[in-house]
Amino acid sequence: MAGTAVPGRLSWQLAELAEVVVETPRVKTIVFDVPGWPSHRAGQHVDIRLTAEDGYQAERSFSIASAADGTRVALTVQKIEGGEVSPYLTEELRPGDKIELRGPIGGYFVWEPSERGPLMLVAGGSGIVPLMAMIRTREAAGDDTETVLLYSSRSRDDVIYRDELERLSGNGLAVVHALTDSQPPGWTGYARRVDAEMLAEVGPRPAERPRVYACGPTPFVEAVAEALVRLGHDPLAIKTERFGPTGR
Amino acid sequence: MPPKAAKPVVSRGFRGRRAADVDPARLPPGQYVTRDFPVLSAGPTPHTSLELWDFSIVGELDEPRKWTWEEFRALPSEEITRDIHCVNKWSKLDTVWRGVSVDTLLEGIETSGGYVTQFSDGGYTTNLPLEDITAGKAWVVFAYGDEPLEPEHGGPARMLVPRHYFWKSAKWIRGLRLHSTDEPGFWETNGYHNYGDPWQEQRYQGD
Repeated sequence: MAGTAVPGRLSWQLAELAEVVVETPRVKTIVFDVPGWPSHRAGQHVDIRLTAEDGYQAERSFSIASAADGTRVALTVQKIEGGEVSPYLTEELRPGDKIELRGPIGGYFVWEPSERGPLMLVAGGSGIVPLMAMIRTREAAGDDTETVLLYSSRSRDDVIYRDELERLSGNGLAVVHALTDSQPPGWTGYARRVDAEMLAEVGPRPAERPRVYACGPTPFVEAVAEALVRLGHDPLAIKTERFGPTGR
Repeated sequence: MPPKAAKPVVSRGFRGRRAADVDPARLPPGQYVTRDFPVLSAGPTPHTSLELWDFSIVGELDEPRKWTWEEFRALPSEEITRDIHCVNKWSKLDTVWRGVSVDTLLEGIETSGGYVTQFSDGGYTTNLPLEDITAGKAWVVFAYGDEPLEPEHGGPARMLVPRHYFWKSAKWIRGLRLHSTDEPGFWETNGYHNYGDPWQEQRYQGD
């Protein structure tokens, strides 16, 4: 970066909760209005900071769920039982409340419609969030990049953005669900964890040089990325974001 | 433009949950303690066999150095207990590692380079001033607890530079490149701070 201007500090900004959307029994989308928001790219995240009466503070990072849209910034948060921050964001926060936020952050796990090549998105659970920002950005731009989303959830009721994904399907976007734990009557889709066979059936071939984004719990992303490499995809074309422990 | 929200704003109804058994002086600003060991990696986990693994020191020095896995493991190693701090907000206290001090690897090397780039399988790089990985500040570790380092956590060997955010401790390390100029690495060119001192909360560019 030598010779380029050093950007200013990302300062904390006041964000007012404008809207709450219930996505699943454990997941809500909280939409903030952030005056002066500098816009963002799909896949980026924000830091939020909460302050208690006695000055104690907690910071966490959350992926942005929305496409760039003026001063609106949507985060989708899964409530973690016993967590410090997610129960507050999903249960306590009311429209009109203000929290502090800074961003957008991250320059690698991002996608823009101008990028070429088919797009392959692989989500596990709430790992859908930054990938949904990509799908929404694609839609908002009227972009027709061949895109496939392979989305693993425990059950139909755990599928975040279910109706919107159905609505956005078509025009080059294919949405494929895998329901790992329970399936509704008559389910003909995948009923197992994502594996190499499934990735080969659903995704573009390595020769098509897709851009791959995988996001989810650590063991999920480890398995997906390893299978993709084994199928012959270029490791450098596979961008990953993991959350949670290794499970070992 | 005046700074926005320069003074912290109380979040209505937020009480927080302070870790009762943690000395607050051990936690850098904005961090919380986790008992888990989360994983942050930008791509697939590489798997290099030990027969093909080597560790090299290259760049501005008289003669590059290289160790095979066997040679590397024959170097004197030590147990290291340190707190680690990830830019993604979690800190993990009293982590126990085993590895070779960077001082051992650099012993007898004459270099005019004041900067170092760690380079890894998978193409990852990260940069620091050389003085931040010498004099007992950094190790190449191959064990976590009593177990060989798992691939997800950087095995067979990773750097450990506990004074910096953990992205400055490269997983799957294969060597050090010495330079006379500072060359920002992977995250340093993707929006993250060039130096990454957790105690100054240097998370992102401009912090």
